[in-house]
Amino acid sequence: MSDPKEALKDASQLRQKAMLADYFQRLARAPETGHKVVYTFVPGNLTELLLSFDLIPVLPEINALQSGMRKKSRAYIREAEKQGHSEDVCTYVKCDVGMKLSGNLGPTGERIPDPDLLLLSYTGCFTFMKWFEVLREEYGAPAVMLQVPYQAAGKYTTAQRDYVVDQLRREVIPALERISGKAYDEDRLKELLARSARAEEDLVWVLESAKHRPSPIDGYFGAVYYVGPIFSAFRGTEDAVRYYQELRSEVQERIDKGLGPVTPAGTLTEERYRLVFEGPPNWTDFRKFWSFFHEEGAVAVASTYSKVGGSYDEGFRHDPDRPLETLAKYCLGCYTNKSLPSRIDKIVRYVEDYQADGLVVNSVKSCNSFSAGQLLILREVERRTGKPGAFIESDLVDPRYFSAANIKNRIESYLQMIAQKRGDSQPRGRRLATV
Amino acid sequence: MKAFIGIDLGSTTTKAVILDEEGEVLGKGLTNSRSNYDVACAIAKGEALADARFTLCAKALRGLDLGTDQHGRLLAELERIFRLAQHREQLALLRKELAAEVPALERLFPGSALASPVEQILARMEELAPSLFESEEKRRSDFFRDNAASQFAAEAERIADPQRHPYEALLGAFDKAILKVENVVVELRVADVIESHAAELLEGLGENQRDAARKVLAEAASARFDVRNEVGTGYGRARLPFHKAQIRSEILCHGLGAHRMFPRTRTVLDIGGQDTKAIQVDAQGIVTSFQMNDRCAAGCGRYLGYIADEMNLGVHELGPLAQRSKRHVKINSTCTVFAGAELRERLTLGQKREDILAGLHRAIILRAMSLLARSGGVEEEFTFTGGVANNQAAVAALRKLVEENYGQRTINISPNSIYTGALGAALFARRDVLAGASA
Repeated sequence: MSDPKEALKDASQLRQKAMLADYFQRLARAPETGHKVVYTFVPGNLTELLLSFDLIPVLPEINALQSGMRKKSRAYIREAEKQGHSEDVCTYVKCDVGMKLSGNLGPTGERIPDPDLLLLSYTGCFTFMKWFEVLREEYGAPAVMLQVPYQAAGKYTTAQRDYVVDQLRREVIPALERISGKAYDEDRLKELLARSARAEEDLVWVLESAKHRPSPIDGYFGAVYYVGPIFSAFRGTEDAVRYYQELRSEVQERIDKGLGPVTPAGTLTEERYRLVFEGPPNWTDFRKFWSFFHEEGAVAVASTYSKVGGSYDEGFRHDPDRPLETLAKYCLGCYTNKSLPSRIDKIVRYVEDYQADGLVVNSVKSCNSFSAGQLLILREVERRTGKPGAFIESDLVDPRYFSAANIKNRIESYLQMIAQKRGDSQPRGRRLATV
Repeated sequence: MKAFIGIDLGSTTTKAVILDEEGEVLGKGLTNSRSNYDVACAIAKGEALADARFTLCAKALRGLDLGTDQHGRLLAELERIFRLAQHREQLALLRKELAAEVPALERLFPGSALASPVEQILARMEELAPSLFESEEKRRSDFFRDNAASQFAAEAERIADPQRHPYEALLGAFDKAILKVENVVVELRVADVIESHAAELLEGLGENQRDAARKVLAEAASARFDVRNEVGTGYGRARLPFHKAQIRSEILCHGLGAHRMFPRTRTVLDIGGQDTKAIQVDAQGIVTSFQMNDRCAAGCGRYLGYIADEMNLGVHELGPLAQRSKRHVKINSTCTVFAGAELRERLTLGQKREDILAGLHRAIILRAMSLLARSGGVEEEFTFTGGVANNQAAVAALRKLVEENYGQRTINISPNSIYTGALGAALFARRDVLAGASA
């Protein structure tokens, strides 16, 4: 497989790029057009509700991960640390704060406007609260919080659902009305939700296509791109519907042709390992991290990270007939809001349903709430599936915590361990020389 | 004869192991990992081949009746003569490279004249050469660089003259020359050494015995090895001139190597120069789980090197000193640099060096215990490998902590533990060929 300097991109990726360029332009023009801007988080995002008020969502996590991919995060983190944030603070937070201190320029080089409102939907990450506390001070912007009860029992109760709906009615919607100057329009919300459901259907189909052999997609590194529109500012839009239709037909074509996933080095020609991933990827060395796998013929067939913005694979779809209830269910069902046993069950199902060779955990230093218990998850999944696990440690966007040699060593060792356990026949040794 | 080679290119040393067709170890070779990895590999392999020829010589001599103690004496003498000849070849190289460096150093130190003192030092080194190989205690290390450096420095210090030939200028010339010497592979054949030193070697044997011994030695030393496969491992494995299929992770190699040394091994701890690995293996030596230190070398061999520098001691002196401790001091820092600061603070508080060192050894082992726990614990039997396994204070701390946490466990430490990774690699080399042959 060749390694061209520029990553090869398929058509849906190009469409997504155009969608993002347009989005950042709209954001940059917001001060002139009068559009109001709401900062919010990916897990438990209420994009359709925001769009129904003509508000533009900004997702600081996505800005941070893009800064990581564009090699800007090191400088941003340094800026935040200069301001007094300690080395142990989540690097998404520091990257975001540093980006603000450096002029808040987005990936297109245009300025991202300050928030008119901070919408904090709390879905399992404690840092989210602290993050928006910091931003509330930095920007002097109002904040509204949606308290989403943790799914300790692995499923939610009717009372919990009603509690979230009640907060949407009493706190979130009035705050959005105040900011936008518009009244809540439930019909418009329903239209958006109906489009969400269509896109979600196609997304699930795409992610589940990895059950094929060879898998036509990479369900972790590749899926990062696939989930982009639905996890961010595009859920409920016609653009998102079209993107997922296009993606689905591309993947169908790959299945028909028996092709493996597209990687930055081209189409993977030999699927040697099928892996399930837990934990977010490293963004500062994303392509290098991916190459450690695809160069060995390892494909991610499923990942939990591709579900942090919604557990659609478990059957959830946004339901236009029950707009607020469906938003509440969506928030409650986020992967980050789930208990350890339900995360384990999910991963075990993935290993079995996707016929995986094992589980790779990328444990990130930043994410205390997400990384806690990951070694327990790994051991339990190993015990229940009989498939070996690998534990890799890195970080989200702090390049100081990506030790390439160490990580490569672990991955190679792990893949060779799988091959050895499977009893793969080794290539015949070459006769070398007589000495 | 058919042979299989494993090479472990580590951050500190490079090791090679040669197996015969049956999988028995024929020879082992060791060298320091210098800047040029290809040379390090070639030298380790050359050393292992020479060692394999010594093994064959030993086997061949067993068939002869040479009288009491003569077998052992003859073999020891053969190795001594070979090592001395090797050393002399490198000294000759050093002489050549020093001559080339002298003019530049003279320009750097105006008014100096270095050729004659350098010659004087070299003459002294030649004079001292035989003594280096009289016994292991006489050598600072097994590597030419270390032995030459200590002899050169001692003699330079003795004869230095601030005006005509300052110590810094002499050392400067040596530092430049040794880098070049190190990157040359000295090819010395055991058979040639036997031939050229036959009289010296066979002294003390009867005439018939001499002829018989000379014949079998010459034959054994000329044996040709048909290398069927080589597998490389270690941190520099990507640099080895092998096909990708011939490169294995050192985790797998350490697992298999430890299994070969101690077949009942289920848990392996390897503390090397820059990483620590906790490995679980099954009854066949196949790795089932592993954990490594992440991002930070605290708790690795380098940690001890750093502490030794801080205390102005040699690394090998740390363990014995720590073992003299009567009460250990608790070291809180797991970070290498912080531990250095803590060490200085405790010294100024008047705490004893041996007590602080005992605490530092315990701190390293505590890091390893955490990795072991995360990899799945310590199962029976437990094999400890890597350079730190030679440190008795570390071993004592490990024994204590393993017993406290997991109960009685058999702890295996091989005197050849440094070769564990290379042995595993050689076993993979052989296994791959056998699997390929039967497939």
